[in-house]
Amino acid sequence: MTITTALPDTELPRLRLDVAPLLVLPILALLALPLVGSFPTWVTLTIAGLAMGMMIFIMASGLTLVFGLMDVLNFGHGAFVSVGAFTATLVLLPMQGWMQADSVLLNLSALGLAIALAMLVTGALGWAFERVIVMPVYGQHLKQILITMGGMIVAEQMIHVVWGPDQIPLPLPTSFRGVILVGDAAIEKYRLIAVAVGLVVFAAMFLVLNRTKVGLLIRAGVENGEMVEALGYRIRRLFVGVFVAGSTLAGLGGVLWGLYKEMLTAAMGSDIMVLVFIVIIIGGLGSVGGCFIGALLVALVANYTGFLAPKIALASNILLMVAILLWRPQGLYPVAKR
Amino acid sequence: MISPMLSLTGVHTHIGQYHILQGVDLTVPRGELTVLLGRNGAGKTTTLRTIMGLWHASRGALLFDGEDITRTATPDISCAGIAYVPENMGIFSDLTVRENLLLAARAGEPDTARLEWIFGFFPALKKFWNQAAGTLSGGQKQMLAIARAIVEPRKLLLVDEPTKGLAPAIIQSLITAFRELKAMETTILLVEQNFGFVKSLGDTVAVMDDGRIVHSGGMDELAEDRDLQQKLLGLSLDTHQ
Repeated sequence: MTITTALPDTELPRLRLDVAPLLVLPILALLALPLVGSFPTWVTLTIAGLAMGMMIFIMASGLTLVFGLMDVLNFGHGAFVSVGAFTATLVLLPMQGWMQADSVLLNLSALGLAIALAMLVTGALGWAFERVIVMPVYGQHLKQILITMGGMIVAEQMIHVVWGPDQIPLPLPTSFRGVILVGDAAIEKYRLIAVAVGLVVFAAMFLVLNRTKVGLLIRAGVENGEMVEALGYRIRRLFVGVFVAGSTLAGLGGVLWGLYKEMLTAAMGSDIMVLVFIVIIIGGLGSVGGCFIGALLVALVANYTGFLAPKIALASNILLMVAILLWRPQGLYPVAKR
Repeated sequence: MISPMLSLTGVHTHIGQYHILQGVDLTVPRGELTVLLGRNGAGKTTTLRTIMGLWHASRGALLFDGEDITRTATPDISCAGIAYVPENMGIFSDLTVRENLLLAARAGEPDTARLEWIFGFFPALKKFWNQAAGTLSGGQKQMLAIARAIVEPRKLLLVDEPTKGLAPAIIQSLITAFRELKAMETTILLVEQNFGFVKSLGDTVAVMDDGRIVHSGGMDELAEDRDLQQKLLGLSLDTHQ
């Protein structure tokens, strides 16, 4: 339905897009350019950072919504990343022929099947995780931390039981290997694909959150879940849906991350969780847009400092988080809470 | 005799270790506006939240339209036909006016004729239709909160202190809105401390103190009896104007 506004909206300020956090990204990239010195190297580092950021965003976006919607601290989110990546091997390793063929179609088919299976399994695991592990500890943060970390440890051990204790190599499909030369800058093909997938996921989430009633309910629920219930909607069902969707995305992120590293370990999910938590804190708990910007920031800083000052690379993201929280204590895009 | 829209019998509510409602007996007649008065901390808001199922009664019974809702979940109570406007208005700040109303319209898109009826007494909502609710003034947010509760017909409307902190011009808009709703025989339970606002609107009144109803009867009777006002609240209700 369209309701035409009879009068110009001059009395109240229009909702302005808060562009300051968006500007941090290009400013950071431009500041890094003279420090890196070489333009081709800077392009390579920037694309690598964007690709890494997109993968972290895919893994973190579900977690930030879960926290925003139900105030649940899920330290077991990394389990879905690991399980997603290992599940993909059930398709990718037997289909090595398709993966190593010089056919984009065969490569994509194998990868598509692997991603579909990984998302299906992590979605189902997410549903069970919420019902069995998270539901009994709603509203009890300490218990949530303990039990979800316990859940992650159990999941990691189950991976050892099923796939064995060794690392599993996961080579990229033939079509995704190699680089594209843009001038003197070498850009890995797979990183471009990761950027594209990340943008598609972000666009899909943006459309769902802003153009559908379910999206409206999620945004409203993040702000005031009690009022959503008072309007007649079951926030618990919504939460289960978001939890499953978040687990599914973590599974997708796990496959992408595994192919990026080309090596799988049971602890790969828990290893990346430090970055994921930094991202959702920087972005503003519950904010998908903030999570997106935060992921790109974290990844760019990691790549630039890894090149410029490897000794402080490990601490760079902690320093970034401190700087952002000093500037905006609630994160880049804080979610209004009742 | 017509059965009441809502009745509370011996309702007790605990919040943690605190015993807030201590045997509330309250009847809300069908098609009338009932005012719930009382000093701060008397239990008025807890009563509304207990009716909505946001806090569950530890003892007693709540009957809505003949159905027992004592243990019913909040979404089911809402779907049964009770709309709630909390004291903090419960507006979704990040959503636009349109999106706030869209969520309240469970049957689908809000009915255009009903929206135009609402815009008749809350024109600001039409003006700021696509604006984020967080940018509205306090009065406009209150208009939106009430509009959200009536965007679809409901059997019972619970409104918690709608005039709190509002300018007189906005309060006049709310009086118009409640008169319109009364004309449509909407049953309303209104918690309020502004006696000037409710004395011309209310049909019946109940006064709470220390988690109990200490008086109930016609609004006319209380409005005209200064001794009764003095006895119930320790001061003339005119001072609340």
